[in-house]
Amino acid sequence: MPRGNVVDDLVSEPSPLLRVSALSKRYGRVAALDAVDLDVSRASIHALMGENGAGKSTLIKCLTGAVSRDSGRFQLDGRDLDPTSPRDAEGAGISTVFQEINLIPHMSIAENITLGRESFRAGLIDRKAARRRAEGAIARLGLSIDVSREVSSCSIAIQQLVAIARALDVQARLLILDEPTSSLDRTETARLFETLRRLRDAGLAVLFVTHFLDQVYAVADQITVLRDAKHVATRATSAFPRLELVSAMLGRAILPSSTSVNAGPEQQSPSLATKPSTNPSQAVSSPSGSPPFTDGSSAAPPPESRPEPSPRPTRDLLSLRAVSLAGSIEHADLSIAPGEAVGLAGLLGSGRTELAKVIFGLDRADSGSMSLDGQPYSPRSPRDAIARGVALTPENRKADGIVPSLSVRENILLALQARLGVWRSLSTRRRRDIAADLIAKLGVKAASADAPIASLSGGNQQKALLARWLATDPKLLILDEPTRGIDVGAKQAIERLIASLISGGLGVLFISSELPEIVRTCTRACVLRDRRTVAEVAGPSLTEERVMEAIATHD
Amino acid sequence: MTSFLRPRPALTSLAWPLAALALLVLFNLLFTPGFFNIELRDARLFGTPIDILNHASKVAIVAVGMTLVIATGGVDLSVGAVVAIAGAIAAMLATRTQAPFPLVVLAALAAGGVAGLCNGVLVTRLRLQPIVATLVLMVAGRGVAQLITDGLIITFEHRELSSLANTSFALLPIPAWIAIALALATGLLTRRTAAGMFLEAVGDNDRACRYAGVNDRAIKLAAYAFCGGCAGLAGLVECSYIKAADANNAGLFLELDVILAVVIGGTSLSGGRFSISGSLAGAVLIQTLTKTMYMHDVSADVAPLPKAIAVLAVCVLQSPVVKDRVSAAFSRGRP
Repeated sequence: MPRGNVVDDLVSEPSPLLRVSALSKRYGRVAALDAVDLDVSRASIHALMGENGAGKSTLIKCLTGAVSRDSGRFQLDGRDLDPTSPRDAEGAGISTVFQEINLIPHMSIAENITLGRESFRAGLIDRKAARRRAEGAIARLGLSIDVSREVSSCSIAIQQLVAIARALDVQARLLILDEPTSSLDRTETARLFETLRRLRDAGLAVLFVTHFLDQVYAVADQITVLRDAKHVATRATSAFPRLELVSAMLGRAILPSSTSVNAGPEQQSPSLATKPSTNPSQAVSSPSGSPPFTDGSSAAPPPESRPEPSPRPTRDLLSLRAVSLAGSIEHADLSIAPGEAVGLAGLLGSGRTELAKVIFGLDRADSGSMSLDGQPYSPRSPRDAIARGVALTPENRKADGIVPSLSVRENILLALQARLGVWRSLSTRRRRDIAADLIAKLGVKAASADAPIASLSGGNQQKALLARWLATDPKLLILDEPTRGIDVGAKQAIERLIASLISGGLGVLFISSELPEIVRTCTRACVLRDRRTVAEVAGPSLTEERVMEAIATHD
Repeated sequence: MTSFLRPRPALTSLAWPLAALALLVLFNLLFTPGFFNIELRDARLFGTPIDILNHASKVAIVAVGMTLVIATGGVDLSVGAVVAIAGAIAAMLATRTQAPFPLVVLAALAAGGVAGLCNGVLVTRLRLQPIVATLVLMVAGRGVAQLITDGLIITFEHRELSSLANTSFALLPIPAWIAIALALATGLLTRRTAAGMFLEAVGDNDRACRYAGVNDRAIKLAAYAFCGGCAGLAGLVECSYIKAADANNAGLFLELDVILAVVIGGTSLSGGRFSISGSLAGAVLIQTLTKTMYMHDVSADVAPLPKAIAVLAVCVLQSPVVKDRVSAAFSRGRP
């Protein structure tokens, strides 16, 4: 892609501190970054946003030299930069604090700050000098902590600040923070932001990766959005209304409508690189139940696949009331009826997966109540949940789903056999029949049922995992991002399968970042924002627009 | 007998140790005079191959249990110490009490099982790394055995206990039959029930197993307890063989031979697919290697070196890097 292609709002600015031009990086056949441009100005806080797979972390890894880029150019203060390792990048003035705090727990704050950069006196580490330096670095953040304290005795927030102090100890000019607030509570976050503002006012540039909308609006001066490995938009925070930001992240079009959508300056819209197939005129005329937007990446299925909004059955299959779990869910209300597919929408980090984990017994709620089939329900483990007829296909297929070197057949039979127990083993013939039946029914493409599941494509692995649960005949199926990273054909097959499952009376909780999928598959959608269920959209009003509005609303 | 012997993984894992064994036997045939001299005395066979089988049985018995532990992605370093404990208990019961022989056997097995259970609890409940968790008992176990024997070497003249390892049945020494029976029973137990699949699944990806409702902790716990029981059985055989319980030397360094046998047999140390028949072949291979070295006057001090080289070779062959390179080289060779 030629460089002139991207018209940046910051072109008028004299010269940025950091200029990234046409950065590309591929992993195998997958583009992680595709000709991405980014400018970060001096004395500013720049938020880098995007959903999973947008390319945020790859961008940071390239910048810090942790991975080598395929092509593109970095300029720091007008000079070319080619970091070969994080240490190298540090030397050039780019310091990074990663999500997992990389401190040594049983060493003091001072030792952690100066580790690897110790001053020596007569060949020995000069502890006094180290202490002075650490105190200076801590004071720069406006903190007063005893630097001889052991790091492990400090709160996570303080540890985060110590990590920042360490990053700044090398005369950093650009500080990169990779999701620094994901383990912090509100007051800790506020404290961190105060520090960031002070650092910015002192001239430091901060590149801040996050997916929390409120935080971006609280602290960032500029916002850059990546999506699907491409640069989508860069704008001043004040000129980037929430709804447009959400739309840019999710890759959906913004339409003028009766709601408060128009807050954003209209002339800015072109910089929102939306899918080319989006056709406003077509989309406006969508009072019917058909999907209002077409997604360029997946061919729209026939309209009849959208389930008819039937009258809600009175009996709930699953109901959640005021469920909360410290650090993962603040407040969740949800209900699912038999034969109903309910979508769970929200940005990354909004608590979708966390809620699924509570329902499946992987985590236990601190408060609130759940009921299943009219009976109280508080599973202590997935085994409890499975015994009650709940199933879950996890978001992270590789880590939590497949058992890679076992065969497709064994993977399919695993949950059923676990339910039967060790001693009631299925006969070889039964195993063959059950697996063959499900493989055919779901269209799993495998060389043979004996092939290791790791040899299958992502879509076929996902189908095999669905088969694993269908073998156990569940009542409630939780699908966490079932279509991530799989091809269009498999996506459609899975959507069709869900439709046929709910017509058979199964309840489905469908978690997805792809709004069109939720709109097509579900009769109702529940919206999560900042770990709370904030809205429910049902029936004919279930459109991408409405869901997006609910995600973007600020209260 | 057809369903539990799955030909594909079993064959590939058996191929290497059997090939190596054949090479070693061929070497002995050519260069070790008298290696194959077997004579029949008092309805018992004597000779080097019989010696090898007798000694390999001890390794093989423990290796059966160790195979299951390694399949779950763990390891048990304490088996040598557990052999000493079980031997001590058996010898004390046989000499100091009037306990009937079955009770002696049961006590040794139970001691091993309890020791294994302790390991399992440390691994599954306290989430200690298996190598650390079992190291505790590896070190402490000999102390326990010393306490039981009061620091003495307990010799005995118990008829049944001493005849256990010193009699033959159908030409083979009893320990060899014990090993074969144990391996067959374990094979049936794991492949006829769902235990084998669960063991392999847990070793391959225990998180995914938990998500699928498999009780991964119970599976691991059972594997460690079973392995401990196998070590108890081996302890019985060992003390029967020398008609004494020696807390210091019984089963010393046994864990290394056992782990080596399992790994040579094709069960990966990272867990997952396992092969009991492979472990048996590995045990015989190691004992043959050791015996060959003795017969060629390799001193006991130097003897571990060839074993170490064998371990290295197996590990290198199993490393993913080498596997990838080899398969890449093969596919490049094809038109």
